[in-house]
Amino acid sequence: MKNNKKTIKKEYICFIAVYLLLYLLHYVGIISNYMFQVIMLAGVNIIMTLSLNLVNGITGLFSLGHAGFMAIGAYIAAIVTTTVLPMLGISAKNFASEFIFLIAILIGGGIAAFGGFLIARPTLKVRGDYLAIITLGFGEVIRSVIRLIEYVGGPRGMIGIPKLANFTWIFVVLLLTVYVSRNFITSTYGRACLAIRENEIAAEAMGTDARHYKTIAFTLSAFMAGVAGALFAHLLMFISPDNFAYSKSSDLLVYLYTGGVGTITGSVVGAFLMTILPEFLRFMEDWRLVIYALVLLYTIIFKPYGIAGNRELKFLGIHTYAEKKERNWKMRIMKLFAKKGGNGHERFRG
Amino acid sequence: MVKVIQLLIYGLQVGSIYALLATGYTLIYGIIKMINLAHADFMMLGAFVSLFLYTGLAGSGSPMWLIILIVLLTMGIVGMLGVLVERIAYKPLRQRPALSSLVAAVGVSMFIQNFLRCIPAVGPSPRAYPAMFTSANITIGGVSISGIQIIVILVSVVLMILMQLLVTKTTIGKQMVATSCDKDASALMGINVNKVISITFCIGSALAAICGILYSSVYPSIHVYMAATIGNKAFISAVLGGIGNTKGAVLGGLLLGIIEVFLQSFNSSVSYGVSFVILIVILLYKPAGLLGTVEMEKV
Repeated sequence: MKNNKKTIKKEYICFIAVYLLLYLLHYVGIISNYMFQVIMLAGVNIIMTLSLNLVNGITGLFSLGHAGFMAIGAYIAAIVTTTVLPMLGISAKNFASEFIFLIAILIGGGIAAFGGFLIARPTLKVRGDYLAIITLGFGEVIRSVIRLIEYVGGPRGMIGIPKLANFTWIFVVLLLTVYVSRNFITSTYGRACLAIRENEIAAEAMGTDARHYKTIAFTLSAFMAGVAGALFAHLLMFISPDNFAYSKSSDLLVYLYTGGVGTITGSVVGAFLMTILPEFLRFMEDWRLVIYALVLLYTIIFKPYGIAGNRELKFLGIHTYAEKKERNWKMRIMKLFAKKGGNGHERFRG
Repeated sequence: MVKVIQLLIYGLQVGSIYALLATGYTLIYGIIKMINLAHADFMMLGAFVSLFLYTGLAGSGSPMWLIILIVLLTMGIVGMLGVLVERIAYKPLRQRPALSSLVAAVGVSMFIQNFLRCIPAVGPSPRAYPAMFTSANITIGGVSISGIQIIVILVSVVLMILMQLLVTKTTIGKQMVATSCDKDASALMGINVNKVISITFCIGSALAAICGILYSSVYPSIHVYMAATIGNKAFISAVLGGIGNTKGAVLGGLLLGIIEVFLQSFNSSVSYGVSFVILIVILLYKPAGLLGTVEMEKV
């Protein structure tokens, strides 16, 4: 694209505008404190869904245990901040605490990634549904182990985590996650993963080391999940093993599949809408969960590509099959009117 | 020694409930290669349907034939519900990637649980389950066996034998095996694939329903979310034995039940996690489960 070289891209202005808008609406009081908290939770959910998208959507593996990685990140980061901050005598209000929070996030993400690597290496030789059950098992094992550790409160949960995650943190990390996902998908690694998703045997026949790329995708995804967990812990200030139960993993699946599996836009839209939706259905009391389930079933059955419909926002520069088809169609119409069309290569380029 | 036998019998009782539920998982997986995560909810449905039938039709001290009639009616109703769910939610997804039907199953599970929760007749709070089966304890050499344990084990054994006979001896069983091998080829051979799939769902759900009745007779407090943990364990059993293999499901269920009961006698809080560890270890060495065969993927 020609206008890629502009110094200030349009999307940056959009991001700042969205950030300022939400912040101001909250400041003025149009968005209540509660709603603002829900929006921040939606941000964490978006990061989780993007992480799951790398595994389920891009690489075509099926993970049912992403809440386990989230739990690792949350607990490790919480341990770091609750021990380091009092040790150095820094209060949560102090600016230096932000720096320590950053380190805690990275450590949490790193250890979750290490966990992901450990589980990925031996288990990725198991295919499809068996991988699903192993990851489900992994999540539950993590939860059982946390229940046994008295240091982090066991089954009662961990209290007294400083509130370090705020809207700015979540917004910035969310943007970073979007860009990391984008760069991963468009890199050679991402393309290898897509090839594995489409047809593993063919990809291996072409010389793609499937296990290697699967491990990389899984580890990166676990890192993101760990980061999301760290933010989650410092947003709610309380975590318990039940926060990361199997139902959390299935919620993530719901976000991913209603939004549109395999696309970044879909993950963002799905997680945001499905986190906010129950709040708007609050007047229906118990029935809102029924509506929620029906929305999920409707999208799965009638909208195979989810709400986003296998499209990506333009600034991401990823072109999905649906878009290519559409553009191809437009080109054909244009060809009818113009004598010379572009050469065949230009058609599909970004 | 007495304690070991006592635990073994308890393990058999827990294990046979897992085995019944796992058989349903495995049947449905075998036929449409789909993990029906909503399967355990049919167990919960079975418990509630039988509760309503019991309070509506019978009462305490009803004759045995009425109880059996209620059990059969429950199986029929829940089986029909299973077929209905398959037709509405899973059938449109049959040509799509396996993962989308799995997510649909999550949706169905959510829907069933929350829908029942909203209905005033069911509600969110736990309910007492009536003692349908009169149980007298038997003591043999210091080992005491309750009547309900005998009933659970006996009913499961009979049902599993019937299932084996059904799959291997009857026409519909052979059609099920053929469909699970190759859907298109069996359709060409004149098998009504849709009908076979519906019947499979009906049988699976009916098994889940009877499992619900037995489970709630043993633990007589039922609520809409009761199926989550036991569903996961039954799923583990099915995978442990080799999913798609009915004998494997029985073996996996019994094994898991016995291991779990013995672990619980040492430390009750680790058993849930340990059952998953066992599963992971077994799958690493036998990637297709204990009785499953590794299928080579053909190009």
